[in-house]
Amino acid sequence: MAWEPRLIVIACQWCTYQGADLAGSLRYSYPPTVHIIRVPCSGRVEPEFIAEALKKGADGVFIGGCHFGDCHYKEGNYKAIRRFKLFKRLATDLGVEPERIQLEWISGSEGKRFAEAMTEFDAKIRELGPNPLKGGANV
Amino acid sequence: MPKIGVYVCHCGENIAGAVNIEEVMNYAKTLPDVVLVKNYLFMCSDPGQDIIKQDIKEGKVDRVVVAACTPRTHEPIFRDALESAGLNRYFLEMANIRDQDSWAHWHDKSGATEKAKRLIRSAVAKVTFAEPLEDRYGDMEKSVMVIGGGVAGMFAALDLANMGLKVYLVERQPSIGGMMIKLDKTFPTMDCSACILTPKMVEVAQHPNIELINYAEVDAVKGYVGNFEITVKKKARYIDWDKCTGCGVCTQICPARVPNEYNYNMDQRRAAYIEFPQAVPKKAVIDRPNCLYFKSMEKTGKPACQICEKGIPPKGIQGCPADAIKFDDKDEYINLKVGSVIITTGYKVMDKSHFKEYSPHSKDVVTAMEFERILSATGPTEGELKRPSDGTKPKTIAMISCVGSRDERYHSYCSKVCCMYMLKHARILKEKYPDIKLYLFFIDVRTAGKDFEEFYVYTRELGVKVIRGGRVSSVDVKPNGKLRVRGFDVDLCSPVELEADMVVLATAIEPATGTEELGRLFAATCGREGFLREVHTKLYPVETASKGVFLAGCVQGPKDIPESIAQSRAAASAAAALVIPGKIKFEAIIAEVDREKCSSCGVCVPLCPYGAIKLQEYKGKEKAYIEPALCAGCGVCASACPSMAITFHGFTTEQILAQIDALAEA
Repeated sequence: MAWEPRLIVIACQWCTYQGADLAGSLRYSYPPTVHIIRVPCSGRVEPEFIAEALKKGADGVFIGGCHFGDCHYKEGNYKAIRRFKLFKRLATDLGVEPERIQLEWISGSEGKRFAEAMTEFDAKIRELGPNPLKGGANV
Repeated sequence: MPKIGVYVCHCGENIAGAVNIEEVMNYAKTLPDVVLVKNYLFMCSDPGQDIIKQDIKEGKVDRVVVAACTPRTHEPIFRDALESAGLNRYFLEMANIRDQDSWAHWHDKSGATEKAKRLIRSAVAKVTFAEPLEDRYGDMEKSVMVIGGGVAGMFAALDLANMGLKVYLVERQPSIGGMMIKLDKTFPTMDCSACILTPKMVEVAQHPNIELINYAEVDAVKGYVGNFEITVKKKARYIDWDKCTGCGVCTQICPARVPNEYNYNMDQRRAAYIEFPQAVPKKAVIDRPNCLYFKSMEKTGKPACQICEKGIPPKGIQGCPADAIKFDDKDEYINLKVGSVIITTGYKVMDKSHFKEYSPHSKDVVTAMEFERILSATGPTEGELKRPSDGTKPKTIAMISCVGSRDERYHSYCSKVCCMYMLKHARILKEKYPDIKLYLFFIDVRTAGKDFEEFYVYTRELGVKVIRGGRVSSVDVKPNGKLRVRGFDVDLCSPVELEADMVVLATAIEPATGTEELGRLFAATCGREGFLREVHTKLYPVETASKGVFLAGCVQGPKDIPESIAQSRAAASAAAALVIPGKIKFEAIIAEVDREKCSSCGVCVPLCPYGAIKLQEYKGKEKAYIEPALCAGCGVCASACPSMAITFHGFTTEQILAQIDALAEA
């Protein structure tokens, strides 16, 4: 079977998760390679989650949070971006392209943007090809 | 060993139409710890829930995965089902195979089926590590904010206030009244709009439980259902409203004349103005960008005009008799705590400039809202029908429907009220000027509604020409100043061309400026066309995606006055039902420190946005402690703890890693 990317989206339940629901109810389509894990806030995302996903063979990890100023918990998204930037610098050391991890703010009203972002992310990962860590690597 | 039951919902055809249920069920049976897999047409229905409850009661399962729609709407329903069968309500996980699968991948059946399998695998992995949790209760602020002081907002505010709740009514304009106050008459009863609305405006202003906050906007929102902390920006008025008596002296002596937006720029007002004569509250404001005082202060630093304040003494003209002018007024920010919010910010109508084919440059081509002002006794012509270009009385008027609505170039939706108000305009004109010739161009006439069809028949009998056909192709200005209208009549099967003195465009209803931004402040979502979206069109028509935030009126979509009022009173009742009990249930999703593991580093303490974490003595050492009543459940501390001593219940690290593994592995 041809390689299909496996993409994991860790989505804040107040915005990006809602945006994904909205995309569905408005019937905006995007590739079924995208899988969402719901978290209460993008600030809940531990760097370990991204590392684990890449280690286990996910081809891309996308973190979706609320726009600045919109965080349900005041400032969780600021914390998310700080951790994310740090982690992105470590990605090369892990042996993966930093482009495989992405963070974007998508609100609950941006169903269309969610579908677009997912389509773009899928296309980008297809260009990069399979995760080099796939099939067992030590991280 | 957990005994996991997987329940796959068809959601009628919504899921089953794209996802191969049987294939998914066979796959789910192979997952670890899954003891049974069942399916049903509607899992959330009573018989559907009974299937789950029965299996729990018989001891067959002790963990439940429901593969259905979004947990955002249905998780509470299934949690209740678990609880009623005697299982802890947090032993549930939902796999969102509808909103995030079948609907999004409708045309890729095999892709949707494969994805459903993986989503179920992820939910099974998470529920394996579920722990029993208890819900918590918090205090509910017994007050409601209504945003938008149009007819919908006013009725919602009155209903809530009459139930004894404190209501803050926030309005962007200097006066309440909204769009309805601008209308001349209302269909189908032909009541004078102002006559039925102004008493209500006064009632709102005088109600002891309503605090009117005019000329203000919502600036920031913190908190959540039960305890919203809302910052409202009261725009500088440059007139002290405590002193202003609404006498109108400043609005007569102010020398700066500017187009009057209340009358769609068809006449002028002054820079110091009262929005309209029946304004509530009847207070004046100074429009800073157009005021000569501010203009000159910015340019030269010296005031060129203070007439409103000081008058013109040599001519014996007095300034403000109440000494209310306050040039040093500043925007004021006030913080309000409310339990619930109703958004009723209404609509705006499309501008005619979009429609080049209808000669928008001609003064005699007006939008229906402008025409409404021309007909109104409080309008620029004081109710006398006059051609805007030369002031003569028009003999022939053409009205065009669906301008910007039902048009793929602009809006696909129907603006709903245009057919009826065009007939209303026709009736007002025919009853006042029996000789006037009226041509109404419709794509088709939509008069569904109580007494609407009778209204249509009656109006036609007055001698109004109704031309059904496609869209009017063009309106051109002829050299003699008349307007040539060209269209098609399907009943005659022939093109029609006529000469009119005026053309009225029934332009589309659009969301008011800033609707999306306002929605975003409250985490309420907008639909494709930019109107705020209800959670469910039929079941939850006044609820938004954000708990405790309700909507009513045209902010949700085009609708007429009776519908807006019905919806606003529904929203008031929904908000009251939430606020009046005084208690609000919070999910058990909070963080907890394992003090044996805590290394006392204190990293978590400043991270918590709620100040819920402090270091406390435990076995002779300072250890972190999280106050459960203050924890809001964001999980920031759990993701930062270097000793992994913080468990974030409901979304534990173990659970999320299990989900990641389930999704990442082949």
